[in-house]
Amino acid sequence: MAHGPSSSFKNPVVNWLDQRLPIFTMIQKEYGVFPTPRNFNYFWNFGAIAMIMLVTMIVSGIVLAMHYTPNTNLAFNSVERIMRDVNFGWLIRYIHMNGASFFFIAVYIHIFRGLYYGSYKKPRELLWMIGVVIFLLMMATAFMGYVLPWGQMSFWGATVITNLFSALPLVGQDIVTLLWGGFSVDNPTLNRFFALHYLLPFVIAAVVFLHVAALHVTGSNNPLGVEPKGPQDTLPFHPYYTVKDSFGTVVYLAIFAAFVFYAPNFFGEPDNYIQANPMVTPPHIVPEWYFLPYYAILRSITFDISIPFTGLKLIEAKLGGVIAMFGSIAILFILPWLDTSPVRSARFRPIFKKGILAFLVAFFLLMYVGAQTADAAWHLGGLEIPLVYVGQFATLVYFGFFLSLPFVGLIEKPLPLPASIAKPVLGGGASAAGATAKPMEKA
Amino acid sequence: MADTTQTAGHGPGSGSHSGGDPSRRDFIYLAAAATGVVGAAVTVWPFIDSLNPAADTLALASTDVDLAPVQVGQSITVTWRGKPVFIRHRTPEEIKSATDVNVSELRDPQKDADRAKKPEWLVVVGICTHLGCIPLGQKNSDPRGEYGGWFCPCHGSVYDTSGRIRKGPAPRNLEVPSYAFKTDTSIRIG
Repeated sequence: MAHGPSSSFKNPVVNWLDQRLPIFTMIQKEYGVFPTPRNFNYFWNFGAIAMIMLVTMIVSGIVLAMHYTPNTNLAFNSVERIMRDVNFGWLIRYIHMNGASFFFIAVYIHIFRGLYYGSYKKPRELLWMIGVVIFLLMMATAFMGYVLPWGQMSFWGATVITNLFSALPLVGQDIVTLLWGGFSVDNPTLNRFFALHYLLPFVIAAVVFLHVAALHVTGSNNPLGVEPKGPQDTLPFHPYYTVKDSFGTVVYLAIFAAFVFYAPNFFGEPDNYIQANPMVTPPHIVPEWYFLPYYAILRSITFDISIPFTGLKLIEAKLGGVIAMFGSIAILFILPWLDTSPVRSARFRPIFKKGILAFLVAFFLLMYVGAQTADAAWHLGGLEIPLVYVGQFATLVYFGFFLSLPFVGLIEKPLPLPASIAKPVLGGGASAAGATAKPMEKA
Repeated sequence: MADTTQTAGHGPGSGSHSGGDPSRRDFIYLAAAATGVVGAAVTVWPFIDSLNPAADTLALASTDVDLAPVQVGQSITVTWRGKPVFIRHRTPEEIKSATDVNVSELRDPQKDADRAKKPEWLVVVGICTHLGCIPLGQKNSDPRGEYGGWFCPCHGSVYDTSGRIRKGPAPRNLEVPSYAFKTDTSIRIG
């Protein structure tokens, strides 16, 4: 670190501070001159956008907490009071409500970018795994936050999800009672969910710090997946990417604002404007849209897993569903070791490219299936296809994508990689306008 | 499996201490670590257990129900521990269809006689054993599934007139709470 008078800023106050705590030196090094690959496309905006959404959620959430009452008799009405009586309460709540969705949209694109361009590969395995931890923390936070308004979907969503743990053998029911603090989702549950919903975003912020710290050790990946070979391949982060990130963020926030002001309940469920009633289950329980794919995977395991011919049941359907659902996230942790190909970017991996597009289709298919009722079906002419089968097929593709990676890496013949980042940009003739594509593989 | 366990167990245990006094210092390390682990567990437990049901929650654990006004074929729902309990005054046909079942074919084999203390009264917790929704079937106009009991709209589990799982994803029969007949027409649940 900086020893004594090594820092030299023009402003004497900044200089005085920096010699005692080199925070300005650090900012200069990590965000000023930090060498960043010159060929980022707009996919690389979404880390910064996700960070902005996290700050938006924390700020709006702290203000909401000042008006909210975590008690089963008062919670629903306190949210309605925020909407009707608190000055700008409607705006702050709609920002928080839609902010959750837009946080997830940004993070899903960010994760997909990491998948597509192989950002999880050596040396960025730990960076990737820390990211998966952030994703899990986000899911827990979002789930508990959705319970707080104490509407029908809040209550029954909480009931269904906490009941997942009852599928665990032996200790399942005790764990559920421990989560509830009673014999059903009730006041103790609401209180602890509020406490944790307030805590976890700060834990997320801390893990995001680790995520960024790890990123600044390895440096960013880029659309070509080729490491920068020297200064000709990089640009200083400021002003090039501060400007690019700012532009992307403004566009994203404009879309966000359009939803907040013109379609604030687009992502919501009408049933959540009915106060929670433990005696009446809504006819159709759906989680928030960002959980739908996992919910569909959960519901796709409708069969027990037994040892053939003995009738010995190994895993009940219910436990199997829970394992598959958690497994669908857990598999991301081992992804860096599942993928045996040394080539990062899908641009140069013909088989992987098809696989990841199939994966993307399966993901949206699961999202669709998760939103339908359990007994829904497609009618194609006279043919009836129960959506359970569609979900099972998509689940198969989801896991198949990951589990096939070791073999894809072995049989795939990657396209020739560019010698460096600067080469395809400068050496490809006059058409190399952007930092995006290598001319020979436009297809 | 057995081989690996043995090798792993033998390695450090078979006296391969490298250098130094193996006896007293090792003992101090182990004893200190063990005390630390016990201390940590003792410290953590009150915090975990504080999340379990509190005394006042447990105190609300029994409910008295008067069955006299419930007509044959009628069902009522009462609250016990914050959960719905279904009490159905079963018709002779419903009792017959519950007892006429080949128990060994059921997913969760149980005889009707083991589930109802008096055949005309069925008392079950009205929570689907799949993921905790409340099944339909308490009103005669509700869908009751093809076995005349209850139908869970969330994921399509079907229960018979003894509250036993017959179809769908739920693994177990509807739970029978502990209850006792105080008189012929009143029960205490819990």
